[in-house]
Amino acid sequence: MGSERDEGRHEAPTLTVWPIGLAVGVACVLVGLIVSWWVVAVGGGLVILFAFLWVRDLLRPTPPSPPSPPARLRPVAPAATRATRKGFLSGMTLGLGAVIGGAVTVPPFLLAILPPFLKGEGFQKLEVDLGPIDAYREGQWLVTKFNISPRGGSVNERTAFVRYNGLLDRLPSFTIISNRCVHLGCPVQPNGPVAADQRKVLGSGRRKVELIPAQPSGFGCPCHGGQYDIEGNRTAGPPVRALDRYSYAIRDGRLVLVGLYSVGKVEGEGKDARIAKYRLAAPGIHVDGWERILYPLQPPS
Amino acid sequence: MPKSERRRQLEAAVVYPVDWLEERTGLVSFVRFFLFRHVPKRTNWFHTLGSATLTAFLVQAITGVILAMYYKPDPDKAYESIQFITNEVTLGWLVRGMHRWGASVFIILLFFHMARVFLFGAYKYPREVNWLIGVVLLILGMFEGFTGYLLPWDQTSYWATVVGINITATGPFLGPFLAQILKAGAAINEETLSRFYSIHMLVLPGLMFSLIGLHLYLVIRNGVTPPPWGPQEDEEEEVEAEPSARAGLVQPSPRGRRTT
Repeated sequence: MGSERDEGRHEAPTLTVWPIGLAVGVACVLVGLIVSWWVVAVGGGLVILFAFLWVRDLLRPTPPSPPSPPARLRPVAPAATRATRKGFLSGMTLGLGAVIGGAVTVPPFLLAILPPFLKGEGFQKLEVDLGPIDAYREGQWLVTKFNISPRGGSVNERTAFVRYNGLLDRLPSFTIISNRCVHLGCPVQPNGPVAADQRKVLGSGRRKVELIPAQPSGFGCPCHGGQYDIEGNRTAGPPVRALDRYSYAIRDGRLVLVGLYSVGKVEGEGKDARIAKYRLAAPGIHVDGWERILYPLQPPS
Repeated sequence: MPKSERRRQLEAAVVYPVDWLEERTGLVSFVRFFLFRHVPKRTNWFHTLGSATLTAFLVQAITGVILAMYYKPDPDKAYESIQFITNEVTLGWLVRGMHRWGASVFIILLFFHMARVFLFGAYKYPREVNWLIGVVLLILGMFEGFTGYLLPWDQTSYWATVVGINITATGPFLGPFLAQILKAGAAINEETLSRFYSIHMLVLPGLMFSLIGLHLYLVIRNGVTPPPWGPQEDEEEEVEAEPSARAGLVQPSPRGRRTT
């Protein structure tokens, strides 16, 4: 270091961003080899561009440096400069590390969290054909079992209690109550005889629908003792609202389930029932009363 | 009695590889330091509850890894594969039994260990962080129990999981969203089973292994708490003086001592 001859060589090269661009270009080419030819082309362009810029920078004559003090007195590079370079490098290491770490951890994390809320297979519009409405006699309760998923499988089987209420304004009226207890989701059972021997089966495969006549006086849950009356209103036990109901449509004389909604309370009976209807909520969630402020937002369902 | 030439050769043959490893890794001295560190005089059987819990966890990890070779997390096959493990595979009944009952053993030992730490006052300065880690491990352990319960895919496990997820959903504000993440969608179905399986055998054990490592590190760093009965520390004859670098490893540092 002491000799004047060495001074020029030991000067730190000026910082330049071109090598970073060059590196990006090379990475682009490598990725492109796997992905697509035009990525290779873009990468190649970047490589040539930044290589040119870098080389031009290196060849540019350095401005004449101010006359340097005699070697003896010349101070070592000021501490601040050194700290800056060290700081820059460690900052880059940490920063790039954070960027890379984020880039590899965020997508899997989102994969775990997001799909349950996005429209996908689990969110297909409910569409279950419960057979011709002739199969339902006025005032007769039928326990119906059906599958809600095109994939089939017993895990997607559901049960509803269906009663034909006769005509209302010249349109058929049905009461279709979901068997999912609104305490914590166990299957509620009809309180009363179920004629399993008069079971009727419509369709086949995953479109199979079972109809079992029953004479319930209400519904009860075996898990924690929730009790409901014949319209699904809670009469005893821990449930916080009335049983959920299916919305339905009549298509070509067939009963089709098209959706589920939650119910606060039902007044009246049969076709004259006045139903306090709410968006479908999970069991145990209050849809009315002051407690509903605890559940201001509901995920899509 | 002077050692024979042959004996010296034999000893060298044993010591040489150990020395070789020690020189390059320091592992041997670390293990010696870990296993033969000083503990307070009245350390007793209650202090083994932590190791017992760790052993129970390792049993769960090992049996679980092997069971995963036979279990199929698919709604159509899960129950059958459990039946297969229990009734057909050689020793399957034993390993599944170890995993099933070991789960309860793990949780029970965890609570005993926690009771010991609480009653001995071992959660106090400077060991607060270790208590907090232990609480997280307790929660993760119970979550392991919850996710593992679904896997046999029979009526009990299905409805227990329905109820458990719906309890989660009743949590104010965020509850419905947490439940939806657990369910992997709007309803409990095929996705739920594989999600629970992944959480049960990958996510939670990974977290627990790292936290247990931290837990053990802090046990070594802060040392074992003597039981609260018997003569107090300052009346006791001191254990041999520690090298300064290890001060505080064996006995709590002076700030943690009773002043009476």
